Amino acid sequence: MDCITWSPAGRILQVEYAMEAVKQGTPVLGLRSKTHVVLVSFKRAQSELANHQQKIFKVDDHMAIGISGLTADARVLADYMRNECLNHRYVFDSAMNVGRLVAQVADKSQQKTQNSSKRPYGVGLLVAGCDEKGPHLFETCPSGNYFEYYAMAIGGRSTSAKTYLEKHFEEFESADLDALIKHGLEAMNKTTSSDQSLTTKNTTVAVISDKYRELSSEEMQKFIDGLEKKEDEPMEDEPAPAAASGDAPDAPAPMDTSG
Amino acid sequence: MKYKDGVILAADTLASYGSEARYKDVCRLKKVGEYTLLGGGGELSDFQYLSDQLDEMADEDWLNEDGCFMGPKEYSSYIGRVMYNRRSKFNPLYNQFVVVGKKKDEPAHLMYVDHQGTAFEENFVATGFGMHLGIPLLRNSWRADMSLDEAKALATKCLEVCFYRDCRAYCKIHIGVCNGTSVDISAPIPLNHFWGHGAWTEKRLEDDDPTATW
Repeated sequence: MDCITWSPAGRILQVEYAMEAVKQGTPVLGLRSKTHVVLVSFKRAQSELANHQQKIFKVDDHMAIGISGLTADARVLADYMRNECLNHRYVFDSAMNVGRLVAQVADKSQQKTQNSSKRPYGVGLLVAGCDEKGPHLFETCPSGNYFEYYAMAIGGRSTSAKTYLEKHFEEFESADLDALIKHGLEAMNKTTSSDQSLTTKNTTVAVISDKYRELSSEEMQKFIDGLEKKEDEPMEDEPAPAAASGDAPDAPAPMDTSG
Repeated sequence: MKYKDGVILAADTLASYGSEARYKDVCRLKKVGEYTLLGGGGELSDFQYLSDQLDEMADEDWLNEDGCFMGPKEYSSYIGRVMYNRRSKFNPLYNQFVVVGKKKDEPAHLMYVDHQGTAFEENFVATGFGMHLGIPLLRNSWRADMSLDEAKALATKCLEVCFYRDCRAYCKIHIGVCNGTSVDISAPIPLNHFWGHGAWTEKRLEDDDPTATW
């Protein structure tokens, strides 16, 4: 079974299996407003001894990707994107257009699906970037398809995050940065199982406007403290008010200090 | 030169064949993409070659169909890189370019690029004899808040001086204007030139003397 064999139902199964690999990764989500794009990732650690696996990669000052799936494949694509952006800056003295780079990555991915001796990339990317047309969020697939979104989540248990995002996405356009980050973390909170919770160790929040910035542990902790409690019914959430982060919780914050 | 609302570019309409004034109706200004104007001095065939390449790039830009078009910063940087790479391969495009433009609300852009790959951004530049005759005039009179008419008058004056003093210049010019929304190249404008100076027309004793040659 290889990429150049169609199934009787008119599908290329190798490509679909590659998309399964994306679903096996831990969740990563992105959302955009008029001014910023925010990427939130939930990182896994191989063991207690290990660091958490990096899921968000800076591509250029104005662009970053969040990955889900085979990390090695993701690093190859991140390298390609970084090179393209750098070359563009050198030749044209300006930031590369996000949509055009995503299209190039998609074309690269498609070539792997039409070749007998290659396999598709086993990674989905959420590409967040700001160019002259404003902030953008794209998703790429192993199939070579790409889509633009207001907000999107990929990876394991991302459907819960997508439900939250679908409920609230109309607020994102005009949200200020704090509100946007809060929405992102609330959505990510929905993907954690009952015995897990977001901590500064297993979560990354990246903010992309005309520069790239990751939230420090202190900044992230303030947002995490303000998250809705896990006991709440996930489907019955009231939209979290865009209020000051750092409301003193009644119960001790679910801080998981993994040794 | 840059002016209050954008940038203008002026060039005469002569293509010389060595010292011969061969083609006197050549437009040396070219609109590139949506927002940029390229003025070329030096080897005309190289200017035409690069113009074709830039047109192809503009077409590819359009093919992306995303409403984003390259601006003067991108084009001038690209031209600078091409010129430097060609000179490094000992196969230069023998030109001195002035790349100007204004993309919507971004600041006006004015760049000089030449066959050696020298590239720099300035408020006013000139090539060839313009560098020697025109730049001093520009240094005296240029201001950042000049109106379009003042800028056109100053450019015309510089080219008049060049026509008087450079024996391979010509008295017809084009003026191109980039103001952020459009790029317009004017119709040919004839320059005023005055030869009725007393010193030139008065009869002098030396005129009858065959040995004098002044």
